[in-house]
Amino acid sequence: MTATNQPVPVTVIRPSRGWGGLDFGELWHFRELLYFLTWRDIKVRYKQTLLGAAWAILKPFFSMVIFTIIFGRLAGIPTDGVPPAVFYFTGLLPWVLFQDGISKASSSLVSGRSLVTKVYFPRLLVPLSSILGGLVDFLLASIVLVGMMLFYRVPPSASIWTLPLFLLLVLVTGLGVGLWLSALNVAYRDIGYITPFIVQAWMYASPVAYSATLIPQGWGQLAYGLNPMAGVIQGFRWAVLGVGQPSAGLLGLSTFVAFVVLISGVLYFRRMERTFADIV
Amino acid sequence: MSDYAISVRDLGKQYRIGGRPSGYRTLRDALAGGFRRLGSRAEEDDQNMIWALRDVTFDVRQGGVLGIIGKNGAGKSTLLKILARVTEPSVGEARIAGRVGSLLEVGTGFHPELTGRENIYLNGAILGMKRAEIDTKFDEIVAFAEVERFIDTPIKHYSSGMNLRLAFSVAAHLEPEILVVDEVLAVGDAEFQRKCLGKMNDVAREGRTVLFVSHDMSAILRLTEEAIVLQDGRIALRAPSEEAVDFYMTSGMSEVGEHRWDPNAPGVSAAAPFRPLALRVLNPEGQPADRVLASDAFGIEFEYELEEAVKGLRIGIYLFTSRGEPVFTSFDTDDPEAYVRHEVRSAGRYRSRCQIPALFLNEGRFVLGVNASTFKIRSYFTDEHALSFSIDGTGAPGSQWAERRHGPLRPQLAWSITEAVP
Repeated sequence: MTATNQPVPVTVIRPSRGWGGLDFGELWHFRELLYFLTWRDIKVRYKQTLLGAAWAILKPFFSMVIFTIIFGRLAGIPTDGVPPAVFYFTGLLPWVLFQDGISKASSSLVSGRSLVTKVYFPRLLVPLSSILGGLVDFLLASIVLVGMMLFYRVPPSASIWTLPLFLLLVLVTGLGVGLWLSALNVAYRDIGYITPFIVQAWMYASPVAYSATLIPQGWGQLAYGLNPMAGVIQGFRWAVLGVGQPSAGLLGLSTFVAFVVLISGVLYFRRMERTFADIV
Repeated sequence: MSDYAISVRDLGKQYRIGGRPSGYRTLRDALAGGFRRLGSRAEEDDQNMIWALRDVTFDVRQGGVLGIIGKNGAGKSTLLKILARVTEPSVGEARIAGRVGSLLEVGTGFHPELTGRENIYLNGAILGMKRAEIDTKFDEIVAFAEVERFIDTPIKHYSSGMNLRLAFSVAAHLEPEILVVDEVLAVGDAEFQRKCLGKMNDVAREGRTVLFVSHDMSAILRLTEEAIVLQDGRIALRAPSEEAVDFYMTSGMSEVGEHRWDPNAPGVSAAAPFRPLALRVLNPEGQPADRVLASDAFGIEFEYELEEAVKGLRIGIYLFTSRGEPVFTSFDTDDPEAYVRHEVRSAGRYRSRCQIPALFLNEGRFVLGVNASTFKIRSYFTDEHALSFSIDGTGAPGSQWAERRHGPLRPQLAWSITEAVP
């Protein structure tokens, strides 16, 4: 208990220079804090809303209804032979996880200012907890998807075992983008205004309301793959419903871009981290 | 490894002026700045950077308790933030042996919607405690905070006192090797403050190292044996606490019997239309004096200017001992009649003057503070130690006995001695 003769770790504080990598040991040391921050976000969100957890289901559900009417009925965009409701809802699951994650992450450091300016911990935990906080909503909405699949008698595909991989890829992309936005937002509050537009445009650039199979083969698919969410969502839907299998090129490129975004996001975040407390 | 818990070498921190408090820039600024920097980089940097902390070097041995005192903006918070690793130094180095628990404004991360129990776990995790650690100390934390009955109530229903007690209690049970405490005792009732001080004493006695920052000089004197005085980001003095407090309370007051405010000097933060001009201690001849006799009545005079009329203004003086203990506070409109007569002060120059009676203060050094405000509406100006002066004990009551008397006052009281008949 008291400061006895056992050796205590010595911390050296000095100005840091250049680009810093990730200190996995330290992140692991603070894993409980990550748990509590995520848990707080979820708990507070459900406590402060009238409908609580119901929003997790209602949000993608309403979007699904709108897509069904506009894209399914009016525009008549094909849905790979799957009932439109199931098709859209399956695409919305990973999309909402991604969208909520990056929106929350982008403002996370600014709204968590009181923490950042007073206590030391790896700041990376703040946007990370925003991304992970969406998983509970995702799980609740997944239950609805199962119900819908039973209702429409859509059997799960044989490739369902790849689902965790695509889920992981959603988180990787979300964290990468979230790190960029949150760090930028500390220095430039413009990000807070830009994020909703990014999110909106990004959704139409991703195969949420349509299938990536509509994109012409060859260079078109390749260019499309530059959007990391393109391969992720198409793959997610394929994993669940077994339709619209993404080409290896699309998937490979999307995955590659996702990791580029994540790694560059970590580097940029670590670079800016040292100034957060001074300028946030 | 040396037996120092903290050792700081040439530590400095530079801030961009205007970089705080509204530090964030817009993209437009960054783009514009990028262009400007192409032209005159070095020049701009020099002008816009200030040192909040500079050339700070000190050691604290294992189990030592060091006080840190200084005016607002002297660099105390910056120093603590660097040691707590919240912000990085610009130059220099600090070595810290062990876990640092910082009480930089307690209750960090408290969320009003969560219950007391939930907040204890959350706050504990933020301060670096493991969950198992919180589990074992949970009851102790709750008992110390005296919130047993409300532990499952969202803390938005707590009083501010309960909130503070809970926050301090979590932090106090952290048991780090080094505890950094910044002004947590400024709030809370007297009884709880005593409890907190007691807890901090225990912490120090257990051999842990404490850095204690406070504006409460009596707390500094009670808790620390040694203190450093920060002035404009540099260490002005490191000395036994009594000496440091004395230095701090009387530093920057070289003028004899008078303190003048230069309206253009930085650091004079008076709100318009109020402008402080001078504070004086006047001897019986009406001259500014650094030293007055205890046996003489003397005057205190505050001169100021109003650029426009102010309603309900009151000028107050605070008297402190050189150890920072308050002696009294008095306002120029304490007398209800005077208040009515001066309800509105029109634009112009004023002098508010009062008379301190003879045979009232004890010998020693005193510090005067001034304040201009309207009750519960607005504070125009406050300077808690504007001027110091000495009372010469010659002719004070009982001065036929050459001995020191305790206390800031040495009043002449009307004694009667009668033989009590049983």
